[in-house]
This record gives sequence, structure tokens and C-alpha cells, in this order.
Amino acid sequence: MERIDSVKKLDESIKTCTEQFEAKIKGTNGKRAVVVCGGTGCIANSSEDIQKALEEEIKAHGLENKVTVNHVGCFGFCSQGPFVKIFPEDTLYRAVKVSDVKQIVEDDLIGGNVCENLLYVDPVTHEKVVRQDDINFYKKQVRVALHGCSLINPDLLEESLGYDGFKALKKVLTEMTPQQVIDEILASGLRGRGGAGFPTGRKWQFAANVQADQKYIVCNGDEGDPGAFMDRSILEGNPFEVIEGMMIAGYAFGASKGYFYVRAEYPVAVERLQRAIEDMEQVGLLGDHILGTDFSFHAYLRLGAGAFVCGEETALLNSIEGKRGMPRPRPPFPAIKGLWGKPTCVNNVETLATVPYIIRVGAAEYAKMGTEKSKGTKVFALGGKINNVGLVEVPMGTTLRTLIFDIGGGIPGGKKFKAIQTGGPSGGCLTEKDLDTPIDYDSLVAKGSMMGSGGAIVMDEDNCMVDVAHFYMDFICNESCGKCSHCRIGTKRLFEMLTKVTNGTATTKTLDDMKYLATVIKNGALCALGQTAANPILSTMANFPEEYEAHVVDKKCPAHVCKKLMRYVIDPNLCKKCSLCARNCPVNCIHGVVGKEPYVIDQSKCIKCGSCLAGCRFHAIIKE
Amino acid sequence: MPIRHEVVVGVEAICDQYANEPSPLMMILSAIQKKYGYIPLEVQEIVSKKTGIPVAEIYGVVTFYSFFSLKPKGKYVLGVCLGTACYVKNSQAIIDKFSAMLGIAPGETTDDGLFTIEAVRCIGACALAPAMSINGKVYPKVTPDQVGKIIDEYRKMEAEGK
Repeated sequence: MERIDSVKKLDESIKTCTEQFEAKIKGTNGKRAVVVCGGTGCIANSSEDIQKALEEEIKAHGLENKVTVNHVGCFGFCSQGPFVKIFPEDTLYRAVKVSDVKQIVEDDLIGGNVCENLLYVDPVTHEKVVRQDDINFYKKQVRVALHGCSLINPDLLEESLGYDGFKALKKVLTEMTPQQVIDEILASGLRGRGGAGFPTGRKWQFAANVQADQKYIVCNGDEGDPGAFMDRSILEGNPFEVIEGMMIAGYAFGASKGYFYVRAEYPVAVERLQRAIEDMEQVGLLGDHILGTDFSFHAYLRLGAGAFVCGEETALLNSIEGKRGMPRPRPPFPAIKGLWGKPTCVNNVETLATVPYIIRVGAAEYAKMGTEKSKGTKVFALGGKINNVGLVEVPMGTTLRTLIFDIGGGIPGGKKFKAIQTGGPSGGCLTEKDLDTPIDYDSLVAKGSMMGSGGAIVMDEDNCMVDVAHFYMDFICNESCGKCSHCRIGTKRLFEMLTKVTNGTATTKTLDDMKYLATVIKNGALCALGQTAANPILSTMANFPEEYEAHVVDKKCPAHVCKKLMRYVIDPNLCKKCSLCARNCPVNCIHGVVGKEPYVIDQSKCIKCGSCLAGCRFHAIIKE
Repeated sequence: MPIRHEVVVGVEAICDQYANEPSPLMMILSAIQKKYGYIPLEVQEIVSKKTGIPVAEIYGVVTFYSFFSLKPKGKYVLGVCLGTACYVKNSQAIIDKFSAMLGIAPGETTDDGLFTIEAVRCIGACALAPAMSINGKVYPKVTPDQVGKIIDEYRKMEAEGK
């Protein structure tokens, strides 16, 4: 690409790229465009092989001058992936396999017929849906932070420029003073999307007010909440948008250097971000005197190394500085004394991805979406026991019911909804009675949970809430950095007490002790990881006291999950004596005689892995 | 154990590569981990000599982050996802079964150096839960009765010398 070193050249590039991109989508260039989902979820489901097969099949039919193929970012509807979409008809094929490629090429691309068997089928009406926008999952969504994801090729700067990219950067550099940018973000009501919800404009203002020879903007892409993948998908789907947001932040408070800190577990995001930075450097969109103005900006990428606590901003800064990722006491806040002692703003990926949109449409327009104190949209990663696992972006104020049942499609297998955990290991669970709560920062806190970064894990009647709390406590114990004793020792003791509950050795006093210790940790811990560590326990205790009681008093796990409190048994009347369970058993603890004597599980040796139950075709094995 | 000369050269080259970066330690360690699979004390000493950072500090950083390992891992790293989305879909049963069948706990390596079991936090394949990855290849919707087959598949590959 030619260098873009003046406003005029940017205007020209935007014009050309937009025409090209529109021609591609509308087919006015005389070609059809096939896009394949290149998000991590679909890649794990062989989408790269599908793309390769498409390219080969198209070539084999001599169509390479009439059809283009490229990958795009996450479509969001991960449980239906991998996706293949065809423009200009806007036909969406889901759950595509390599073996379907021949049919797509021959029937659709050559024959002009839609491949009916690859269309999404609405589970209620059983109707086949051709276009993405007509699928219920997408109808209530608004794409702001996910702008361009699943549409543009994330490896091509041209496609970003062709789809609104860098219009906001041009606007701030040519029409706005830094203070006007901060005022605009303040007016938009944008709050940090990493979880805490601090107003982004105020953060920038703090850093702007400090005089320093060097300031930094840091993008927090250390998305550690297990089960959350919003930031990853944004970085994979449209890295340019996040870089643009970072540059606008840099302009606003005077930072000329920006660091991306991304989890090493996200190789695809890292690769695309790195390429985006290099491509922008090459054309001059990153570097000195951007667009011929006085604004200079350099972006760098740093990788995490598997430490959850590095999502905490001061721990993250230590990690960039090559140290153990331990939090620093605040104050001084990073905006005053951050990276290498210089004023630094740490903003989440989704926050920065939203910034260009706000600048483009204006704060007033943006603030029309959302609730009184939480403006705009929020991306959630829906996971767990829900039909439509995936990534959704909804306006703030959408209810949990809409999120789980309209968009998420409800609970699979006709099971009953039990709880939704938001905010990951720092959050809490919300139940049936909270389903009509409009989602915003404050309402979720009022209900005993929190927004968090956007992880939303749904649980059904088969999940034991004590076990879920135990899972989070185990996680927090492992991830506690050990700096402050409240968190280091307190979470360990809490975990031990909770283990007693799950193995039936706890008393009611244990529960009281847990509540007391939870408060001590909350008040004494240095950083948010420790301060919120007990939330999953407190929240499940408050919402499901009867489950704790069953474990402690009756020594029973109602959901049959806690291993010490449940066992597998074989109903001799249902057992067909086929020996399959005995053959499946990894520890050889099931005995019987084929065709003659019903099989019996030796409880003293059983490791409760469930292999027998999973394999039995006669439903003869039960949990009790 | 003395470090082979080519490893010394390789580690020093990595240190040189990042010499101009501010605070390069994390980048150096990530590169060493990626290239050699682990960062023993002897290698940390080389890094210390090259960068001037005390070994104690390097050791502190190596042991802090779960990506860095002091010991070599098995040829095949069985990474069972224990992220929340997989956990609520019973991934614990998968890792338990690997442990039972291989006779090692998560984090350990089999005596033949073939397998390491790791409990990993969210590999991002939440729609494919419970998922696992073996040296980067993702196995979707794993069930406990597939565990034996997966182990056999890799043992067979090994026996055939692939």
C-alpha cells in the first residue's frame, strides 16, 4: 500500500477502499465473495481447512477470477460454527464441514442455488434462515465494539479503511483539541469495559492533567476470566479498530507510546495485532508526524505468560516491566505514576474498540443507547449450559432474560435454568428471580454480582452451586500472587473450608467461619483479585442456602456432583449384563458375568469418573 | 548438568535480540520457553550474565508465571480445559480420567517422557466444551470414554515412529 502521510492521502485511501469494499460486498465488481470464520473457536473446528478446500475447489472449477475467498473475524454464534458466508446474496452457511465444500462450490457458486442443508434452522419455527440478520440470535444485537468483526479481513488494512477505519482518528487530529476529545468521551458516559466500570473520560483527564516528558497508554488484553473471549474476538476480528482507539486516547491525554498486553494463550489475536501494527507502521499511520500533523504515536506488543492477576492494572504494568506480576498499592494511581514511573492509562480492549465509534457518531448519539448510568453496549461471552454459546453485543439495559432465552436460545436438553455467573471469579451468580434485571454496572452490583469483563456462564439443574464456588476458589487460590497475606492465606483457608463442605465434613460453624473470613479478606486485600475473591462463595451462599445446608447437614449433594457425597450404582433390574461398563471402567472396579450376572460397582475403588454411565445404553446406571 | 554449547549460544542470541527493548526479561524468557520448552537454573544464569539482572530476580519471574517451566514437559502436552464453560460441562471428569489412565497427576509427566497432563484455563473454544488441546490441536466435545482412544492414538503414532 502507498504511504498515507497526509490528511488528503487518508481521504483518498478511505474513498478508494470504501468503494472497493462496497463493491466486494454488493458484488458490483462482478465477483462473488466468500468469507470464512477465522475466529479461534471456528479454527479449532477446522475452518482453516475449509477455507483451503474452498480455494482449491474454486480453482479446480476455474472460478478464481470470479470468486474471492478470505477469512474474517468471529461471527459470534460459535455453537453453530464454522461459518461460511457468500456475498452479495448474504447467504450464511453454518456448521460447515470440509466435505460440504464441493456442494457449496457446485450448487451455490456455480449453480446459483442455496444449499438448503447448510442453512440455520430456527429451533422453534423449524424454518430455514438464509440471512444472518434474520436469525433470532442476531436480531437484538447491536455491533459497536464488534464493528467490522465477521465482515472485514482482519489482515488487510485496506478493508479496515473501507469500513469506517481511521475516520475517527482523522476527525480528532483535524477537528478536535485533546481536551475536546476527553470531553466527548466524558459526555458519552463510556465506562471501562474491563469490569470495574470507571468512567474512561475521567481516567484520561487525570493523566492529561499531569505534566510529564513521557506518558503511556496501555491496552489491557489479559482476558483471564475463564470462559470469556470478548477481547480476543475483537482483537482477532478488527485489530485496527483497537489500535485506532488507542491512538485517540494517546492524542487525548498526551501519550506518544502505547503498549498492548495480550495473553500468550491467544496466538491468533497476537499474530493479527502484530501484523496490523506493522502494516500501519509501513504506511505511516503509526510513527512520527502521523498524517503530517504534530501527533506521533508508536505501538508495541507485549505478551502475558499465564497469570490471571496480570489483568489487574498495576500487576499488568509490573509484568510489562519484566517483573513478577504483583499489584502495586494505589495511590499513586497509574494515571499519576504508571509504566516506568510515568503517567499511564490502562484501558480494556473493548473500551478502546468503542472509542472510534463514539468519535464517529458523536457522544450524544452513543449515549442514546443504554441506561441512565451505563451507556452504550456491552459484549458478553455466553457459555456453559446454553444453546447458543457465543459472543453477543447488546445495549446496556437489556434484561438477563432476553440475553439467556431470546438471544441465547435457552437451556439445552429441556433442563431447568439455575443460575448465570457474571464477572467470573470476581463476580457472583444471578438466579431466576433476577432474570428481569436490566443489565448495567450498578444493577448487577445491587444484585450481588458484577458486570465484570463480560463472561456469562449459564448453569442448569445439574450443576452444584457449592461445587461451582469451589471451582472459583480453587482458581483464585492458584492465581493469588502471594503479595498480601489476606489473599495468600485467606483464600487458601477459605478453599479448605469449602472443600470440607463438598466432602461432607463441614459443620454449620464452618459456614459461619467462611462468611467471617470472606469479610476479612474483602477488607484487607491489596487488589481487586483479593477484594472480590470471596464473591462467588458469598453469592452462592446467599442464593442457594439450601444447597449448602444439604451438603453440611444431610451430607448430600442434590445435583450429584460432589464426588464424596454421591455414588454410581447399577440397577440390577435394568442391567442387561452386557459388560460394556466394566470394559469402559478405567480402574476395573465393575464386576459381573456376561449374560449371566448383573454388574456391580466396587464403591471402594470407584473414582467416580462417570464413564460407565456415559456408555450404558440401557440407563441402568444411576447417580445417587 | 552442563549446558550444551549451542544452547548457550542460542540463549545469548535471544538476549541480544531484545537488548534494545526496555525491561526485556519477559520477552527473553518467553522466547527461551518457546524455543527450548523449559528454563532451568543453568539457563537463567546465562540470562543473568547477559542482562545483568540477578538470578534471584529471574528465578522469581520464571516461577511466577505458569507459562514458564523449570522442567522439560512431555512430548505431548495434554491440555484439558478447566475454564468455567468447560468445567460446568464436566471437564473435571476428563482430566481425572487422563490422570487415572496415565497414573500421573495434572502438572506431571509420564516416565517415558511422552505425556504431560495440564489443567489449562480457557482455550477459548467454549462452544466446543468440554475441549482439550494436544500440542495446539484442539479436540472438541471430549467425553470420558474418548480418553483411552486419544492416548492410544498418540501411543500408536509413537510406535510407528511418526
